[in-house]
Amino acid sequence: MSATTFAQHLLTGISLGGAYALIAIGYTMVYGILRLINFAHGDIFMISGYFMIFAMASFPWFIAIPVALIGTVILGVVIEKAAYKPLRSAPRMSIMISAIGVSYLLENLATYLFTAIPKAYPEIPFLKKILTFGGITTSLVTLLTPVLTVVLVVLLMQLINHTKIGMAMRAVSKDTEASRLMGIKVDNTISMTFIIGCLLAGIGAILYFTDRMTVYPYSGSLPGLKCFVAAVLGGIGSIPGAVIGGFIIGICETFLVAFGYSTFSDAFTFLLLIIILLVRPTGLFGEAATDKV
Amino acid sequence: MNKKTRNTILNILLVALVVGLLCFFQSDTSSHSYAISIIERSVIYAVVAVAMNLLNGFTGLFSLGQAGFMAIGAYVTAILTIPVEMRDSVYYMNGIAGWLHDLHAPMVVALLIGGLFAAAAAALIGIPILRLKSDYLAIATLGFAEIIRALLAAPMMDQITNGSYGLNNIPGFKNIFQPVALAVICIGIMVLLINSSFGRAFKAIREDDIAAEAMGINLFHHKELSFVISSFFTGIAGGMLAIYMRSIDTKTFQVMLTYNILLIVVLGGIGSVTGSVIGSFLINGGQEWLRFLDDDTFKIMGVHIPLFRPGFRMVVYSVLLMVVVLFWRRGIMGNNEFSWDGLFGLFKRKKKKVSAGGES
Amino acid sequence: MAENVLHVENMTMQFGGVVAVNNLSLDVNEGEIVALIGPNGAGKTTAFNMITGVYAPTNGKISFKGEVMLENHPQGKMVKNYLGENDGMYDKTIVKTPDQITKLGIARTFQNIRLFKSLTVFDNVLIARHMCSKANVFSATFRLNKREEQANREKTLELLRMVGLEKEKDEIASSLPYGKQRRLEIARALATEPELLLLDEPAAGMNPQETDELSEFILKIKKDFHLTVLVIEHHMELVMSISDRIYVLDFGKLIAQGTPEVIQNDSKVISAYLGVQEDE
Repeated sequence: MSATTFAQHLLTGISLGGAYALIAIGYTMVYGILRLINFAHGDIFMISGYFMIFAMASFPWFIAIPVALIGTVILGVVIEKAAYKPLRSAPRMSIMISAIGVSYLLENLATYLFTAIPKAYPEIPFLKKILTFGGITTSLVTLLTPVLTVVLVVLLMQLINHTKIGMAMRAVSKDTEASRLMGIKVDNTISMTFIIGCLLAGIGAILYFTDRMTVYPYSGSLPGLKCFVAAVLGGIGSIPGAVIGGFIIGICETFLVAFGYSTFSDAFTFLLLIIILLVRPTGLFGEAATDKV
Repeated sequence: MNKKTRNTILNILLVALVVGLLCFFQSDTSSHSYAISIIERSVIYAVVAVAMNLLNGFTGLFSLGQAGFMAIGAYVTAILTIPVEMRDSVYYMNGIAGWLHDLHAPMVVALLIGGLFAAAAAALIGIPILRLKSDYLAIATLGFAEIIRALLAAPMMDQITNGSYGLNNIPGFKNIFQPVALAVICIGIMVLLINSSFGRAFKAIREDDIAAEAMGINLFHHKELSFVISSFFTGIAGGMLAIYMRSIDTKTFQVMLTYNILLIVVLGGIGSVTGSVIGSFLINGGQEWLRFLDDDTFKIMGVHIPLFRPGFRMVVYSVLLMVVVLFWRRGIMGNNEFSWDGLFGLFKRKKKKVSAGGES
Repeated sequence: MAENVLHVENMTMQFGGVVAVNNLSLDVNEGEIVALIGPNGAGKTTAFNMITGVYAPTNGKISFKGEVMLENHPQGKMVKNYLGENDGMYDKTIVKTPDQITKLGIARTFQNIRLFKSLTVFDNVLIARHMCSKANVFSATFRLNKREEQANREKTLELLRMVGLEKEKDEIASSLPYGKQRRLEIARALATEPELLLLDEPAAGMNPQETDELSEFILKIKKDFHLTVLVIEHHMELVMSISDRIYVLDFGKLIAQGTPEVIQNDSKVISAYLGVQEDE
C-alpha cells in the first residue's frame, strides 16, 4: 500500500470515525444519565436521514438542515417522554425492552412509510465539492466531518463543565434521587440530554449520508450498534472517550475494508467490544463503579 | 368430583383435542397446508421463546444472541440432512468440502448435533461474557450473533456453508406430528429443569445474585449452565426452522429474528413458559390473520382503508409490543403458569363481580 | 479451651484512599457468641464482607478451622498508598468465592435484608438446600433424585417450623412483615448447615419486644444447631445479654476487646460512642 492510498484510507477512516463519534456521544450521554442503552438511537439517526430528504425536497439546504435537525430533536424528545419516562422506576430489563421496541417500531414504520428500497440522499452542493492535494482526492464533507466533530465536542464540553444545565446533567448522572432533592428538575435535564444527543445524531446523519448517498430503513441499526461499541470502548459516560472510540472504530473499519475483509468489518467491531469488556470493562476513560452489599 | 380428577379429565380432553386436530389437518395436507404451516412455525418459535425465557425470565440474564445460536443449529442440521445425491447441485458454485460430502445423518440425530454445536459455542462464549452486567451482556450476545453470521457468510467457509448462496433442498418434515412432538419434548425438558433444584437456583440468581452466592450457589457455574442449556434448545429450534423452511441463508438469522422472539416472550409474560407458548401461537397466527393489513386492495364493508398497504402489519406489531411494554408489563401470563384452577378462578371472580354489581 | 473456628489476622481493606478496615485481628472459638460493635462507618460490615468472600482483603489472612480461606497482600497501586500498620505482610494470594466459603460452613445474613423477594418463603429456604444436594443437572431434571429432593423438602419444613414460619410457608417473601423477613433470612442461612453463623444487624428496625424475642431466638438456634455466632449489632442491650466476648471497632481499627463487663467500662469505647471531650 503506497503512502498516498494509505493517506486516502486514513482520511476516509477519520471522516467515518467523526460521524460515528457524533452518534456515540448520544449513547454515552443517555447511558450516563439513565443507565439505558438507547437501542433506538441508531434508528433516530436513520429517520433523521429521511427528514433531510423531505426537507431538501421543499427547501434550500440552509433551511433544510435546521428543519431536519429540529425534526430529529423533536422525535428524540417524544420517544423519551412516551417510551422511557413511564418506566423510570421499572426494572432495567423493561426499559431496555422498551428501547428495543422503539427501534423495532421506527424500522417498521420507516419500511411502511418509505418502503424498504433505498432512497437517494440529496446532495448538498458545497459539501460534495472535490478537493485535490498531493495526490489525494477528497470531497469537502470528508474533511469537514472530523473538524466539525472536534468543534462540537469542545462546545459540548464547555456546556457540560461550565453551565448550570451542564452541572445538572453531571449531578443527575451521579445520583438521580439526590439531585431531585437538591431541586434539580430531573425530567428537564433528561430531556436536555436527549436534545443534545439527537442534535448531534442529526448532524452526524447529514455527514454520514452525504458520503453514502442512500438511506434505507435499516441503515441506522448497524451503525447504531457500532457507535454503542465506540461509546463502550471509550468508557461509557465519558464524552471524550466516545469521540476517541468513534475514531478508532471508523479507522479500523475503513482499513479492514481496504484490505479486502469487508465481510468481517462488522464482526470485528463486536469482537473488539467483547475484548474490551473482558480486558477493561470500564473502557479507556470510564470510571469503575462498585456495588454496595 | 374433586379438583384433581377434574383437572386430570380436562388435561386428557385437551391432549385428545390437540391430537385430534393434528390428525384432522394431517388427513388432508393439501387443503390445510396453511394451518399446518402456522402450527409448525408456532411450535418452533415456542421452543426458542421458552429457551429465551429460561435465560431472560428465570435466570435473569438478558441475552440477545438467539439468532446466532439458531443459525448454528440450522446450518449444522441443513448440512447433515441434505441428501448426498443433491449436494453437488446445492453447492454448484463453490463445490463442497471433500470430508463433508458423504456426511449424512437422520433428522433427529442432525438436530441433536446442531443443538450440541450451539451449546458448545455458548459454553465457549459464556466463559468471558457471562461476567458482564445486564445490558452489557445483551449487547455482547447481540454482537456475538452478528459475528456468527459473518463467519457463516465468510468466503473461507464457502465449501461448508455455501456462502451467500445459502443452503436449499433440505428435506422437510414428513408430517405435522414430527415438529409438534419435538417441540413438546424440548419444552417438556425445559419445564422439568425449571422446576428442579437447579431451576430454583436460577431463580435465586435472578432475584438477588449476592444472596444466591451467599447460599452456596456458584454464580458462574449456574449462569453458564443456563446459558448452555438454553442455547442447546435454541440450536435445535434453529435446526427445526431449517427443516421447516427447506432453504436457509445467513439473512434469515438477522437481529430482527431475535427481536421477534423477544416480542413473543414479552407478550406471553417474562418468566412464564405457557405464556411463551401462547405468545408464539398468537404472534405466528396473527402474522397470517393480519395479512389483510398488508393488502392495499382490502375493503371493510366496501370502504377502502387508506392505511392498509405492505408493511402496515409490522407497524401494528411494533405498536403492539410498545403497548405491552408500557401498559401491560406483565404480558398475558405475568410470571404465572396456566392451570385449570387459575382459569376457573378467573371465571368465578368475573361472575362474582357481575353478581355483586347486580345487587348494588 | 474450645477449638478455634474463625481466625482473622491483620485484615485490611482499602478502597482507594479510604482504609475501611485497618489491621483487624480477631478470633472466634467454637460455641461462642462474639459481637462486633462500633459506631456507624467503623467498618463492621466491610469486615463481614471480607470474611464471606464478597471483597478480597487488601492485606491479611482469614482462616476457618485452620484452613486458610483468604490471604492477600497489597498489590500494585495499593502498595503505594497502603497505610496499614501491618504486623505481617503475606506473600500468597488465596481468594475463595462466597459460595465456596458458604460450602465450608459459614452462613450469613445481610444488613439490608436480601431475600429472594418474589419467591415463596418455602422456596427461599429450599434454594439454600440446593448446595447440599448431590444431584447433577441431568439427574435433577429427570427426577432421578427423588429421595434427596424429598429429604430437602422435609428439612426445609422442619426449619420453618423451628423458626415459627410454618404457617407462612406459601406466602411471597416480600409480603412478610419486617421481623419475619429477618427470621426467614436466618432460617435460610441455617439451611446451608453452617458451623459459623454471621448475623449483620439482626435487630435493626425492631422494637424492644421483638429484640427480646430475637435474643432468645439466637440463643435457641445456637443451642439447637450447635452454632458459633459472630454478630454485628448496634443494640447494646442485645449485645450485652447474649455475647461471650465483644470486639469494638472504630474508624476501621480495633480499639477494645473482652467480655461485656470489660467493654462496658472501657474508656476508649465510651469516648468512641459518645465523642471525646476536647480539653481547652
